[in-house]
Amino acid sequence: MTYHQPVPLLWWTRRRSYVVFVLRELSSVAVAWFVVHFLLLVTAVHRGPGAYQEFLDWSARPLILVVNLVALAFVVLHAVTWFNLAPKALVVRVQGQQVPPRMIAAGHFGAWFVVSAIVAWVLVVML
Amino acid sequence: MAGARKPAEPAGRVSTAKPSRVEAAAWLMFSAGGMVTALLVPVLMLLFGVLFPLGVLTPPDHAGFAALLSHQLVRILLLGLCVLALLHWAHRFRYTLFDGLQLDRTRTAINVLCYAAVLAGSVWAAVVLFA
Repeated sequence: MTYHQPVPLLWWTRRRSYVVFVLRELSSVAVAWFVVHFLLLVTAVHRGPGAYQEFLDWSARPLILVVNLVALAFVVLHAVTWFNLAPKALVVRVQGQQVPPRMIAAGHFGAWFVVSAIVAWVLVVML
Repeated sequence: MAGARKPAEPAGRVSTAKPSRVEAAAWLMFSAGGMVTALLVPVLMLLFGVLFPLGVLTPPDHAGFAALLSHQLVRILLLGLCVLALLHWAHRFRYTLFDGLQLDRTRTAINVLCYAAVLAGSVWAAVVLFA
Protein backbone atom coordinates (compact mmCIF):
# COMPACT_ATOMS: atom_id res chain seq x y z
CA MET A 1 0.00 0.00 0.00
CA THR A 2 1.17 3.46 -0.78
CA TYR A 3 0.06 6.42 1.19
CA HIS A 4 -1.34 9.27 -0.87
CA GLN A 5 -1.43 12.53 0.94
CA PRO A 6 -4.83 14.06 0.25
CA VAL A 7 -4.64 17.15 -1.95
CA PRO A 8 -7.48 19.66 -2.12
CA LEU A 9 -9.26 19.79 -5.48
CA LEU A 10 -8.40 23.45 -5.99
CA TRP A 11 -4.72 23.18 -5.07
CA TRP A 12 -3.77 24.95 -8.29
CA THR A 13 -5.50 28.23 -7.35
CA ARG A 14 -2.93 28.96 -4.64
CA ARG A 15 -0.19 30.34 -6.84
CA ARG A 16 -0.09 32.15 -10.15
CA SER A 17 2.42 29.65 -11.56
CA TYR A 18 0.03 26.80 -10.71
CA VAL A 19 -2.82 28.57 -12.48
CA VAL A 20 -0.68 29.05 -15.60
CA PHE A 21 0.27 25.37 -15.37
CA VAL A 22 -3.38 24.28 -15.31
CA LEU A 23 -4.35 26.68 -18.12
CA ARG A 24 -1.48 25.32 -20.19
CA GLU A 25 -2.64 21.77 -19.57
CA LEU A 26 -6.20 22.75 -20.51
CA SER A 27 -4.94 24.08 -23.86
CA SER A 28 -5.11 20.48 -25.08
CA VAL A 29 -8.91 20.77 -25.11
CA ALA A 30 -8.59 23.70 -27.54
CA VAL A 31 -6.30 21.57 -29.72
CA ALA A 32 -8.95 18.82 -29.82
CA TRP A 33 -11.64 21.41 -30.65
CA PHE A 34 -9.47 22.67 -33.51
CA VAL A 35 -9.40 19.16 -35.02
CA VAL A 36 -13.20 18.92 -34.79
CA HIS A 37 -13.77 22.39 -36.30
CA PHE A 38 -11.21 21.75 -39.04
CA LEU A 39 -12.69 18.38 -40.03
CA LEU A 40 -16.17 19.97 -40.18
CA LEU A 41 -14.67 22.60 -42.49
CA VAL A 42 -13.13 19.96 -44.79
CA THR A 43 -16.42 18.04 -44.83
CA ALA A 44 -18.25 21.22 -45.88
CA VAL A 45 -15.72 21.94 -48.64
CA HIS A 46 -16.17 18.42 -50.02
CA ARG A 47 -19.95 18.91 -50.06
CA GLY A 48 -19.72 21.94 -52.32
CA PRO A 49 -19.67 25.76 -52.43
CA GLY A 50 -23.05 26.10 -50.68
CA ALA A 51 -22.07 23.92 -47.73
CA TYR A 52 -18.72 25.74 -47.48
CA GLN A 53 -20.48 29.13 -47.25
CA GLU A 54 -22.92 27.69 -44.70
CA PHE A 55 -20.01 26.50 -42.59
CA LEU A 56 -18.41 29.94 -42.64
CA ASP A 57 -21.76 31.53 -41.68
CA TRP A 58 -22.16 28.99 -38.86
CA SER A 59 -18.63 29.80 -37.63
CA ALA A 60 -19.57 33.50 -37.57
CA ARG A 61 -22.42 32.88 -35.11
CA PRO A 62 -21.64 34.50 -31.74
CA LEU A 63 -21.43 31.25 -29.77
CA ILE A 64 -19.07 29.50 -32.20
CA LEU A 65 -17.05 32.68 -32.61
CA VAL A 66 -16.57 32.98 -28.84
CA VAL A 67 -15.57 29.31 -28.63
CA ASN A 68 -13.05 29.85 -31.44
CA LEU A 69 -11.65 33.02 -29.84
CA VAL A 70 -11.16 31.21 -26.52
CA ALA A 71 -9.61 28.26 -28.37
CA LEU A 72 -7.31 30.66 -30.21
CA ALA A 73 -6.14 32.17 -26.91
CA PHE A 74 -5.42 28.68 -25.56
CA VAL A 75 -3.51 27.45 -28.63
CA VAL A 76 -1.41 30.63 -28.57
CA LEU A 77 -0.71 29.95 -24.87
CA HIS A 78 0.28 26.41 -25.85
CA ALA A 79 2.62 27.63 -28.61
CA VAL A 80 4.28 30.29 -26.43
CA THR A 81 4.82 27.98 -23.43
CA TRP A 82 5.96 25.17 -25.75
CA PHE A 83 8.61 27.25 -27.51
CA ASN A 84 9.74 28.76 -24.20
CA LEU A 85 10.35 25.23 -22.89
CA ALA A 86 12.20 24.13 -26.04
CA PRO A 87 15.68 25.09 -24.71
CA LYS A 88 15.15 22.71 -21.78
CA ALA A 89 14.51 19.80 -24.13
CA LEU A 90 17.09 20.72 -26.73
CA VAL A 91 20.68 21.45 -25.82
CA VAL A 92 22.74 22.28 -28.89
CA ARG A 93 26.53 22.52 -28.96
CA VAL A 94 28.45 24.23 -31.72
CA GLN A 95 32.23 23.76 -31.63
CA GLY A 96 32.10 22.68 -28.01
CA GLN A 97 30.15 25.78 -26.99
CA GLN A 98 26.58 25.45 -25.80
CA VAL A 99 24.17 27.53 -27.86
CA PRO A 100 22.49 29.94 -25.40
CA PRO A 101 18.96 28.76 -24.40
CA ARG A 102 17.56 32.09 -25.52
CA MET A 103 18.80 31.44 -29.07
CA ILE A 104 17.10 28.02 -29.11
CA ALA A 105 13.81 29.60 -28.05
CA ALA A 106 14.26 32.41 -30.59
CA GLY A 107 14.81 29.82 -33.33
CA HIS A 108 11.53 28.13 -32.46
CA PHE A 109 9.64 31.42 -32.40
CA GLY A 110 11.22 32.25 -35.76
CA ALA A 111 10.08 28.92 -37.21
CA TRP A 112 6.58 29.59 -35.85
CA PHE A 113 6.50 32.95 -37.63
CA VAL A 114 7.76 31.51 -40.94
CA VAL A 115 5.29 28.57 -40.91
CA SER A 116 2.39 30.89 -40.01
CA ALA A 117 3.35 33.32 -42.77
CA ILE A 118 3.53 30.54 -45.39
CA VAL A 119 0.13 29.11 -44.36
CA ALA A 120 -1.45 32.58 -44.36
CA TRP A 121 0.10 33.37 -47.73
CA VAL A 122 -1.24 30.16 -49.30
CA LEU A 123 -4.75 30.61 -47.88
CA VAL A 124 -5.15 34.37 -48.24
CA VAL A 125 -3.06 35.33 -51.27
CA MET A 126 -2.76 32.20 -53.42
CA LEU A 127 -6.30 30.87 -53.08
CA MET B 1 9.75 18.51 -24.95
CA ALA B 2 10.09 18.99 -21.24
CA GLY B 3 6.37 19.50 -20.87
CA ALA B 4 6.71 19.08 -17.10
CA ARG B 5 4.22 16.30 -16.88
CA LYS B 6 3.42 16.26 -13.24
CA PRO B 7 3.87 19.05 -10.79
CA ALA B 8 5.86 17.12 -8.20
CA GLU B 9 5.46 19.82 -5.60
CA PRO B 10 1.70 20.55 -5.68
CA ALA B 11 0.75 16.90 -6.15
CA GLY B 12 2.32 16.31 -2.76
CA ARG B 13 3.66 12.84 -3.44
CA VAL B 14 6.68 11.17 -4.86
CA SER B 15 6.31 8.78 -7.74
CA THR B 16 8.86 6.00 -7.78
CA ALA B 17 7.39 3.81 -10.53
CA LYS B 18 9.66 3.69 -13.54
CA PRO B 19 8.00 4.82 -16.76
CA SER B 20 6.90 1.97 -19.02
CA ARG B 21 7.58 1.68 -22.74
CA VAL B 22 3.97 2.52 -23.46
CA GLU B 23 4.22 5.70 -21.39
CA ALA B 24 7.43 6.61 -23.21
CA ALA B 25 5.70 6.15 -26.57
CA ALA B 26 2.73 8.20 -25.38
CA TRP B 27 5.07 10.98 -24.28
CA LEU B 28 6.92 10.89 -27.62
CA MET B 29 3.65 11.29 -29.52
CA PHE B 30 2.60 14.05 -27.10
CA SER B 31 5.86 15.79 -27.85
CA ALA B 32 5.65 15.45 -31.64
CA GLY B 33 2.03 16.57 -31.55
CA GLY B 34 2.90 19.51 -29.32
CA MET B 35 5.44 20.72 -31.84
CA VAL B 36 3.27 20.49 -34.97
CA THR B 37 0.24 21.98 -33.22
CA ALA B 38 2.32 24.86 -31.83
CA LEU B 39 3.60 25.62 -35.33
CA LEU B 40 0.38 25.20 -37.32
CA VAL B 41 -2.76 25.41 -35.20
CA PRO B 42 -2.67 29.09 -34.08
CA VAL B 43 -2.61 30.43 -37.65
CA LEU B 44 -5.26 27.96 -38.86
CA MET B 45 -7.50 28.74 -35.87
CA LEU B 46 -7.05 32.49 -36.40
CA LEU B 47 -7.95 32.26 -40.11
CA PHE B 48 -10.73 29.65 -40.19
CA GLY B 49 -12.09 30.30 -36.72
CA VAL B 50 -12.10 34.10 -36.66
CA LEU B 51 -10.91 36.11 -39.66
CA PHE B 52 -12.58 34.19 -42.53
CA PRO B 53 -15.98 33.75 -40.80
CA LEU B 54 -16.02 37.44 -39.84
CA GLY B 55 -15.06 38.47 -43.36
CA VAL B 56 -12.02 40.41 -42.15
CA LEU B 57 -10.06 38.50 -44.78
CA THR B 58 -11.56 36.97 -47.90
CA PRO B 59 -11.85 33.19 -47.41
CA PRO B 60 -10.23 30.99 -50.07
CA ASP B 61 -12.62 30.48 -52.97
CA HIS B 62 -14.24 27.08 -53.07
CA ALA B 63 -12.75 25.69 -56.29
CA GLY B 64 -9.14 26.47 -55.37
CA PHE B 65 -9.54 25.28 -51.78
CA ALA B 66 -11.22 22.03 -52.86
CA ALA B 67 -8.38 21.43 -55.34
CA LEU B 68 -5.78 22.02 -52.63
CA LEU B 69 -7.56 19.63 -50.26
CA SER B 70 -7.71 16.91 -52.91
CA HIS B 71 -3.95 17.00 -53.40
CA GLN B 72 -2.54 13.69 -52.14
CA LEU B 73 0.37 15.22 -50.24
CA VAL B 74 -1.87 17.81 -48.55
CA ARG B 75 -4.21 15.03 -47.45
CA ILE B 76 -1.36 13.05 -45.91
CA LEU B 77 0.06 16.11 -44.13
CA LEU B 78 -3.35 17.14 -42.77
CA LEU B 79 -4.04 13.59 -41.57
CA GLY B 80 -0.67 13.65 -39.80
CA LEU B 81 -1.55 16.99 -38.21
CA CYS B 82 -4.95 15.72 -37.01
CA VAL B 83 -3.63 12.43 -35.60
CA LEU B 84 -0.65 14.03 -33.83
CA ALA B 85 -2.86 16.83 -32.48
CA LEU B 86 -5.23 14.22 -31.04
CA LEU B 87 -2.35 12.22 -29.51
CA HIS B 88 -1.05 15.45 -27.98
CA TRP B 89 -4.51 16.15 -26.57
CA ALA B 90 -4.93 12.65 -25.12
CA HIS B 91 -1.69 12.63 -23.17
CA ARG B 92 -2.04 16.12 -21.75
CA PHE B 93 -5.75 15.81 -21.03
CA ARG B 94 -5.47 12.57 -19.07
CA TYR B 95 -2.79 14.10 -16.87
CA THR B 96 -5.00 17.16 -16.41
CA LEU B 97 -7.65 14.79 -15.08
CA PHE B 98 -5.22 12.79 -12.93
CA ASP B 99 -3.56 15.81 -11.33
CA GLY B 100 -5.98 18.68 -11.76
CA LEU B 101 -9.11 16.84 -10.71
CA GLN B 102 -7.36 14.26 -8.50
CA LEU B 103 -8.76 11.35 -10.49
CA ASP B 104 -5.70 9.23 -9.92
CA ARG B 105 -7.67 6.12 -9.04
CA THR B 106 -9.43 5.88 -12.39
CA ARG B 107 -6.25 6.02 -14.48
CA THR B 108 -6.98 2.93 -16.56
CA ALA B 109 -10.51 3.97 -17.48
CA ILE B 110 -9.36 7.49 -18.39
CA ASN B 111 -6.50 6.13 -20.50
CA VAL B 112 -8.81 3.80 -22.39
CA LEU B 113 -11.38 6.56 -23.02
CA CYS B 114 -8.79 9.11 -24.16
CA TYR B 115 -7.00 6.83 -26.60
CA ALA B 116 -10.30 5.38 -27.87
CA ALA B 117 -11.25 8.97 -28.68
CA VAL B 118 -7.93 9.40 -30.52
CA LEU B 119 -8.65 6.28 -32.56
CA ALA B 120 -12.18 7.42 -33.40
CA GLY B 121 -10.98 10.92 -34.29
CA SER B 122 -8.19 9.55 -36.48
CA VAL B 123 -10.59 7.31 -38.40
CA TRP B 124 -12.95 10.28 -38.84
CA ALA B 125 -10.07 12.42 -40.09
CA ALA B 126 -9.00 9.74 -42.60
CA VAL B 127 -12.57 9.32 -43.88
CA VAL B 128 -13.10 13.09 -44.23
CA LEU B 129 -9.71 13.93 -45.75
CA PHE B 130 -9.61 11.03 -48.20
CA ALA B 131 -13.30 11.18 -49.13
